[in-house]
Amino acid sequence: METHYRKKDLLGIEELSRGEIEHILEIAKSFREVNERAIKKVPTLRGKTIVSLFYEPSTRTKMSFEIAAKRLSADTYSISTTTSSMVKGETFLDTIKNLEAMKPDVFIIRHSQSGIPHRIASITPVSVINAGDGQHEHPSQALLDLLTVLDHRGSVEGLELLIVGDVLHSRVARSNIWAFTKMGAKVTLCGPPTLLPLNTLEKLFYGTQVKVTYDLDGAIPEADVLMVLRLQLERQKLSFFPSLREYSLLYGINSRRLQRAKKDLIVMHPGPINRGVELSSDVIDGARSVILDQVTNGVSVRMAILYILAQRGSEL
Amino acid sequence: MPRWACSIKEAPKVSVVFQNVRLIDPSTNRDEEADVVITNGLIGDILRPMGYRPSSEKAIPVLSCNGSWFVPGLVDMHVHLREPGEEYKETIASGTRAAVAGGFVAVACMPNTKPPNDSYTVTRFIVDKAAREGASIVYPVGAITKGLLGEELTEMGSLVEAGVVAFSDDGRPVMNAQVMRRAMEYSLIFSVPIISHCEDLQLSAGGVANEGMISLKLGLRGLPSIAEEVMVARDIMIAKWTGARLHIAHVSTKYSVELIRRAKREGLPITAETAPHYFTLTEEALQGYDAVYKVNPPLRTLEDVEAVVEGLSDGTIDAIATDHAPHSVLEKDVEFDNAAFGMIGLETALPLSLELVRKGILSPLRAIALLSTNPARILGISLGSIEIGKPAFATLIDPNHEWVVNPDEFFSISRNCPFKGWSLRGRVQMTIVDGSLVFMDTDGICAPLGNIYAPRS
Ligand SMILES: [Zn+2]
Ligand SMILES: [Zn+2]
Repeated sequence: METHYRKKDLLGIEELSRGEIEHILEIAKSFREVNERAIKKVPTLRGKTIVSLFYEPSTRTKMSFEIAAKRLSADTYSISTTTSSMVKGETFLDTIKNLEAMKPDVFIIRHSQSGIPHRIASITPVSVINAGDGQHEHPSQALLDLLTVLDHRGSVEGLELLIVGDVLHSRVARSNIWAFTKMGAKVTLCGPPTLLPLNTLEKLFYGTQVKVTYDLDGAIPEADVLMVLRLQLERQKLSFFPSLREYSLLYGINSRRLQRAKKDLIVMHPGPINRGVELSSDVIDGARSVILDQVTNGVSVRMAILYILAQRGSEL
Repeated sequence: MPRWACSIKEAPKVSVVFQNVRLIDPSTNRDEEADVVITNGLIGDILRPMGYRPSSEKAIPVLSCNGSWFVPGLVDMHVHLREPGEEYKETIASGTRAAVAGGFVAVACMPNTKPPNDSYTVTRFIVDKAAREGASIVYPVGAITKGLLGEELTEMGSLVEAGVVAFSDDGRPVMNAQVMRRAMEYSLIFSVPIISHCEDLQLSAGGVANEGMISLKLGLRGLPSIAEEVMVARDIMIAKWTGARLHIAHVSTKYSVELIRRAKREGLPITAETAPHYFTLTEEALQGYDAVYKVNPPLRTLEDVEAVVEGLSDGTIDAIATDHAPHSVLEKDVEFDNAAFGMIGLETALPLSLELVRKGILSPLRAIALLSTNPARILGISLGSIEIGKPAFATLIDPNHEWVVNPDEFFSISRNCPFKGWSLRGRVQMTIVDGSLVFMDTDGICAPLGNIYAPRS
């Protein structure tokens, strides 16, 4: 098993080994101290060029990567565009080839469609970080979620992770299923059948520690970690569920519902939250919530990812 | 000029003795060694192997074929030639050259051109253009509904008069069941088939990949097999009600095969086709998000592939058609969701079909029936057989010739071929359309003819 991260890119958690995941987390922990200093900057990536391409609006992930890069002294440039460059008559692969010619070290890519970072990584020698692709993966999110659970529980091995919500459309869910099962946790997925294709999920994760259920109240007492997914409000129009009110009644998390939970259950959310829909305010702001720890850990994890990938060239 | 293709007009008439061929003709159930004599483009004689004795007055070249297959020219009943309207993807000239290079002497072209072929004028444009520039025969398929909108029937009578051999709104289904019923009823006047692109647009909406494990893992929106199957079931019921001749295009799922098998067992006059990619590739191919594998219906599971193969071998599926769908890089080298559906197939269909022969799933006779005799019969055209005294429509195939697929060498204008880099066995050596030599590979067994025959221009 690979114990050092040597890949060119970080595209998803699915293809990582436990050793590679642990390597990133170890480095993330070592960067924490930098984030606590009065002057939060080290020269580690001085002279490295990092280009962010955000084809989908994002505030926190973009900001988190940018802060991480700047604290490592890298030069950062970002291109935000919701329109594909096809409008100008060139394909997104043409755009990448043009940017590549300016010799960047790392591309950070967020796109509303699955697989775009993979296509880009396959045509460029530049390292590619997937900052969230469509409904596929969001690896840095899963890594910061792992780090947050490690902080609170010491280990992930044997823990019960309950993921609630729109698993079908969630890249956060996919990355976390791979991340937590690789680290030895058990994962239960819960949501309405329209957003949780039970048969297919069971086939996909056959032989792993993944369970699927529609029964939220039955699953809560077993859980050590509760991860609530963001509900895309436009799903209602596509008839995935009848109303927000009913969704909230059946699958919304509130403190009443958590009365039967374990004492030390922690609650996570990748943000941004629809307050009162998937998660009630008393839980968000309550003692079980570790949501802001997730955000803090995001910077250290992204520093670790940038450090590993941007350094790759200089080691050779 | 190791491989050349030319229009029928430029092609030299053939007089050649094909010595020692394996003659495979499903129309007479014949699979035997023979010498085939073609004189001035007509099938002159079929003799025992090495049975040809040259007569002194009229010496014609004798080509030693070492057991190559001599078969009725292949017929592809489902292609998209893109002309009129999208000539940067394919033209009648380029598409028919790709056809003859793939062994096809005739293609049926779908009406989703720009403008769509829903009128006498567009059909005549295609027929005339094909007569002037085509390397193969082109049989247009007319639209079922005006503008392919699924609402009003086209003037089917005028279209038949102009030369269409079938009707289809391919690219789209006829979603309104009442319109489909009327179309099938009305088609009875002309006894031509209605070719159905089976897809429930509500069930498939937004989908880009077969819905299942792979789409879930890759985060691609699902296009479920039920979107195809509910329409196959619906159209079988409408065909049963109306008595019309229904042909199901590009069958890709296990239960579509099963529904057609049951309908045939009931004796309904239903036929079906599948494409090489549906018996060769699975959804696993999508792992790298390369849109060259994006096609509609989508690549399915191994279970579906196995069912399609079984349908081909047990007679449930009547024809192999390519659904040759050329697209440029502007449609294909883009984000997966934005990429166009479709792949080209004319120049790889034969070797991919022969793979099923090598695996022992199809007999050579059955393979040629699927590629020639059956589609000709479904379209009601007089091809798919080798008959003495008739003009030669024939394909000479070296079934063992191994080659590596390089789309840059294709006659098609487009490059969206999912088999790039594959090593395939079986290659077309010569294609004869109406007695004229429209395609030859002078690198292979036809080398001796390289100095005798060449295109006239
Ligand atoms: Zn179609
Ligand atoms: Zn088609």
